[in-house]
Amino acid sequence: MSATSAPVRDVRAMAGDGVPGRQRRRGWPFSPWHLVLIPATVALLFPFAWLLVTSLETSSEALRFPPVLIPHAIRFANYSDALSQAPFVHWLVNSAVVAAGTVLCNLVLCTLAGYAFARFRFLGRTALFAVIMATLMVPFQVTMIPWFTITKWLGVHVLAGVGINTIGALILPNAATAFGIFFMRQFFRTLPLEYEESARVDGASRLTVLVRIVLPLATPPLATLAALTFLDSWNNFLWPLIAVTSTSQMTLPLGLATFQGAHATEWPLLMAGNVMSLVPMLAVFFVAQRYFIRSVAATGLAGT
Amino acid sequence: MTVTATVRPRRPRPAVRRHRVRRALDSEQFTGWAFVTPGVAVILLFGAAPIVWSAVLSFRKSSLLGSSSPFVGLSNYRRLVHDPVVGQAIQHTLIYTALFVPGTMVVGLFLAVAMNRKIRGINIYRTAAYATMAISTISEAIVFIWLFDPSYGIVNYAFSKVGLPQQQFLNSPSEALYVIVAMTIWGWTGFAVVVYLAALQGIPQTLLEAAAIDGASPWRAFRRVTLPLLSPASLFLAVWLTINALQLFDEVYLSTQGGPLNATTVLVYYLYVQAFQQFNFGYASAIAYFLFLVTIVITVVQFWAGRRFTYYRS
Repeated sequence: MSATSAPVRDVRAMAGDGVPGRQRRRGWPFSPWHLVLIPATVALLFPFAWLLVTSLETSSEALRFPPVLIPHAIRFANYSDALSQAPFVHWLVNSAVVAAGTVLCNLVLCTLAGYAFARFRFLGRTALFAVIMATLMVPFQVTMIPWFTITKWLGVHVLAGVGINTIGALILPNAATAFGIFFMRQFFRTLPLEYEESARVDGASRLTVLVRIVLPLATPPLATLAALTFLDSWNNFLWPLIAVTSTSQMTLPLGLATFQGAHATEWPLLMAGNVMSLVPMLAVFFVAQRYFIRSVAATGLAGT
Repeated sequence: MTVTATVRPRRPRPAVRRHRVRRALDSEQFTGWAFVTPGVAVILLFGAAPIVWSAVLSFRKSSLLGSSSPFVGLSNYRRLVHDPVVGQAIQHTLIYTALFVPGTMVVGLFLAVAMNRKIRGINIYRTAAYATMAISTISEAIVFIWLFDPSYGIVNYAFSKVGLPQQQFLNSPSEALYVIVAMTIWGWTGFAVVVYLAALQGIPQTLLEAAAIDGASPWRAFRRVTLPLLSPASLFLAVWLTINALQLFDEVYLSTQGGPLNATTVLVYYLYVQAFQQFNFGYASAIAYFLFLVTIVITVVQFWAGRRFTYYRS
């Protein structure tokens, strides 16, 4: 009823969405949404904060109830202890190598294949594309046992660098994805043919056309593919858990999990290790936040 | 001069051949295959072949140690139907999915609506929500094990402050699964917020203004205008989160190892145990295919049901 009696007020309230300043109602010195957002943000950030606090406590402070909310002395030694007990830096390097290798391979292979599927007519194109699309739906768990067997075989018979217990085993199976090929193909199909045709008339080879004409137009989808592949690779746990057993070949999530297994109740030490494991990714995320957000949003909007 | 004179007559032939080779190399047929081969090889080797292979494995009694793997027909599938742990795992997986998916969507929608406005500090709020996306499942699980520690955890401390009884959380068969629901909802909040915020920003202001002029209250406009326009994003999230929920593994592996008393044994965890702790590759493959079947059925039902509730603007 109030809605019909006071439509003007409602117009102003509605228009507040996305419009600066208008959100304020009579009598509020600030937007009332802060009253919702501040507690929500505190709740979201609390696990981070508690993680950080614990990582600076002594073991005896951590094992006390009620918990010590503010450590008496800030104990950075937990970090050096964690570093001396487990090769976090080495794991970080492994994670970075695996993520960079996977992203690079995906960018090259998915671009090439996606472009060919979008532009060229060749024998078996439809069948190959159908096979790729069919693999898109299948959960990793269906393929992981053969992954293990194939990787083991490759390491023994083809190339030791991609066998079980190597970093290569974490890159090669993910070097190209059905999603990536499909995603790039969909993008290339939206590009107008004219630029490519005129470059061809001028005598450029097909590879030159792809590299010089098409790729400069493809930076947004390439950034998206890179961001999504990076997130996936960095956080992957199940495949490294299966494929890698020796400490020297582990990535950060797997290394951290084994560290937790060895120091399950040494909370400050464990939390120091945890902080060191998540800070690099948080840093990358903040620096490239725009790309990550846009990429994730793009997958969501693609479904709509 | 004399050299060039003697060489000159020979030139045309190789040039023609070179020209023909170049034309063949430049054909759609050849370039198509050349461009496609590396990527397709990876996908055939690690995507297509394993699908067939594990289907074959699921009809065999296969282990890592024995080199022979006799054909056993449907016996792996028969075992699956009668295995009480599989029954429990299905139940836990479905309970988990039924709580995690709507929970994440409601939290994500609520925060995205709250954050879809230009007020002071909005970027801080948004970044805080996004940050959960950068956390690996392992980091997330370790933090939550500590938060919910029965003896020294801060959640039990908060409970004692407001007069609630102390809980066993991950050590309790009746509570462990819900703690895992809580930690994964937290971990996926950023993702849901990003998807909903993007969809909200695609809604034209004019529609909401028109609703307001027609006398709709903000709540009514939200129910009748915003929510239907968000339905494609909601369908996407429902499907995507469900697929991920059915594959829950990392948090269970790290926090409870399926316990206590199998209370958190979900399908993929049991599959992992069968495959890589017991090395029953055949039986594990049957479980994997069962998971695949469940995923397909649920996804199809979601799309079918979603069609009736989803509103596409076009």
